[in-house]
Amino acid sequence: MTVETPERAGINVPDREGLYASMFRMRRFEERAYELFLQNHIHGTMHLGLGQEAVAAGVAAALRPDDYSLGTYRGHNHIIARGAPLDRVMAELFGRATGLCKGKGGSMHLTSVDHGAYGSYAIVGAHLPIACGIAWSSKVRGTDQVTVCFFGDGATNIGAFHEALNLAVVWRLPVVFVCENNLYMEFTPIGSVTAVVHPAGDRAPAYSLPSVVVDGNDVEAVYGATAPAVAAARAGEGPALLEMLTYRYSGHSRTDPGAYRPAGELDQWKERDPIAAFRRRLTETRADMDRLERMEADVEREVAEAVESSLNAPQPDPDDLLTDVFASNETRWRT
Amino acid sequence: MPEVTYLEAVRDGMREEMRRDESVYILGEDVGVYGGAFKVTAGFQEEFGESRVIDTPLSESAIVGAAIGSALLGQRPIAEMQFADFIACAFDQIVNMAAKLHYRNGMAVPMVIRGPSGAGTHGGPFHSQSPEGWFAHTPGLKVVVPSTPYDAKGLMKAAVRDDDPVIYFEHKFLYRRIKSEVPEEDYTVPIGKADVKRSGEDMSILTYGAMVHQSLTAAEQLAGEGVDMEVVDLRTILPLDRTAILDSVKKTGKALVVTEDTLSYGVGAEVAAIISQDAFEYLDGPVTRVAAPDTPVPYAPPLEDAFLPNAEKIAAAARQLAAY
Ligand SMILES: Cc1ncc(C[n+]2csc(CCOP(=O)(O)OP(=O)(O)O)c2C)c(N)n1
Ligand SMILES: [Mg+2]
Repeated sequence: MTVETPERAGINVPDREGLYASMFRMRRFEERAYELFLQNHIHGTMHLGLGQEAVAAGVAAALRPDDYSLGTYRGHNHIIARGAPLDRVMAELFGRATGLCKGKGGSMHLTSVDHGAYGSYAIVGAHLPIACGIAWSSKVRGTDQVTVCFFGDGATNIGAFHEALNLAVVWRLPVVFVCENNLYMEFTPIGSVTAVVHPAGDRAPAYSLPSVVVDGNDVEAVYGATAPAVAAARAGEGPALLEMLTYRYSGHSRTDPGAYRPAGELDQWKERDPIAAFRRRLTETRADMDRLERMEADVEREVAEAVESSLNAPQPDPDDLLTDVFASNETRWRT
Repeated sequence: MPEVTYLEAVRDGMREEMRRDESVYILGEDVGVYGGAFKVTAGFQEEFGESRVIDTPLSESAIVGAAIGSALLGQRPIAEMQFADFIACAFDQIVNMAAKLHYRNGMAVPMVIRGPSGAGTHGGPFHSQSPEGWFAHTPGLKVVVPSTPYDAKGLMKAAVRDDDPVIYFEHKFLYRRIKSEVPEEDYTVPIGKADVKRSGEDMSILTYGAMVHQSLTAAEQLAGEGVDMEVVDLRTILPLDRTAILDSVKKTGKALVVTEDTLSYGVGAEVAAIISQDAFEYLDGPVTRVAAPDTPVPYAPPLEDAFLPNAEKIAAAARQLAAY
């Protein structure tokens, strides 16, 4: 198992400042969302991807706008990376009528078909076979669209993961599986319940599925590993799996202080913060820092506007409870 | 008698059974070191060790399948589903394996599958469902849905001691909101027995789970309006206590069936059918149902409020039926 670096993959990241801004956008969105959660503007629970931004950003940068992606309940990053407007994402977290799912789903169900983002899934593993079906459809329609499926390390122990990997190879599907290995399922270290060291990467060979383990906190490495996998899938050469090593800063969900993690682990990972590290690297390599700072300011404005508009957005009409059960809205079951 | 929360009652029931019987063990995601996502098994691994409180991979099908296998050889597993919604991932093991092993081959499957069900916490479509109807339709299973700490503990003990697979749904909204006295001495609540939580003469509410509390509140409102309501807590969904249902309805002549689960093809439909068929001559009004509409459970609070039956909706239906 090798850890891929962008140099070895021979990839030039096209827009480094843009890649940075993409991560920064996720970070600021979630930091604000968490504050708003603590102020009870966001209900139920919420799963943050703070610390994991490089994965979504690097993968999405390797996609075309017409490619498909599927994410998880820890999915703010996944949907934001595809370009979903922050105001509609935030409004969904608030449960407002203007949200991406009209308030019916909330944080765990973010979907933006306009951006190729075919849903977030909170039944762990359920979306891997669905990703296969989406990829199959591209194949049948004769398009060269690629499907990317994000999932966690915990998901590799459910049957659907194994069924999907096998199917993807047997059908030679244009799908790229992206495992965000953040070392934990919810509160249990993945290593304590998994037969192999790399929960996704070590399983892939059993299905003849090409796989790479990647430094998921290095956005250029992520891009560098994803771009060739996507290119191969697009060229009809079949699926691939990428295991991204990363770490979530927050607990699993709102009530979890993360006390089960060994002392010092979080701090070690924070030293390798994907955003701070990349910013340093950009400075050192004389990127266009003026442009980068303008982008940061734009993000701050966009996030502030998203919050403002969500606070003022209308609540869903209680009657809308009964709509959308069927695709044909006229077909009402019984009310 | 000590006062305990509903959650503590579930916990105490399991703990006492594990102390009593070495063959009882727990398996599930995060149940051991962490003590469970809702902390129901907090302290268990310290007391009973890693071989009796097992942290499993994220593998619902394997959790239930392995529980079945060990139950065939005489262990008494309690398998936790972190949310009842995820039980769908173990559906085949439950409805085709656990439910039919004894009928097919005479092999008993003494096991409990438990998990938090129900809405009211803004959990959205995958963390709020009431899946009891899925399993109530499967012969060979037993399904219990306690509403109080007393019943939660007593039904847990009965479920563990039962020789059949018991699906035990605990309502997550009640976990820390309901607290009452529970005896310290050993007792069980028999599976298959309903309980009259409030006796009355004018109308029967047949319900279970969190809706028992909403129904009791509605009954108080109606009492002020001169309608004396009886609230029958079914407690067990499968097998249903037909006698208790019919006794109550024959006495009052009016039946209001209340479920948090969606309206169609559910427990409410079965209860209504039993009443219509076997208490027909006693009825002074149509068997009436209050249930969630036939939709998934939405996230946004105004939508979830519209979805959930509550005391007001129950009282409104009761007034109509009383006036019939
Ligand atoms: C089928 C199923 N089982 C259990 C859960 C409860 N649950 C939610 S997230 C999670 C851990 C998932 O871990 P991982 O795949 O590593 O994702 P992460 O949260 O670390 O991003 C569990 C057990 C679920 N949502 N679905
Ligand atoms: Mg994980």
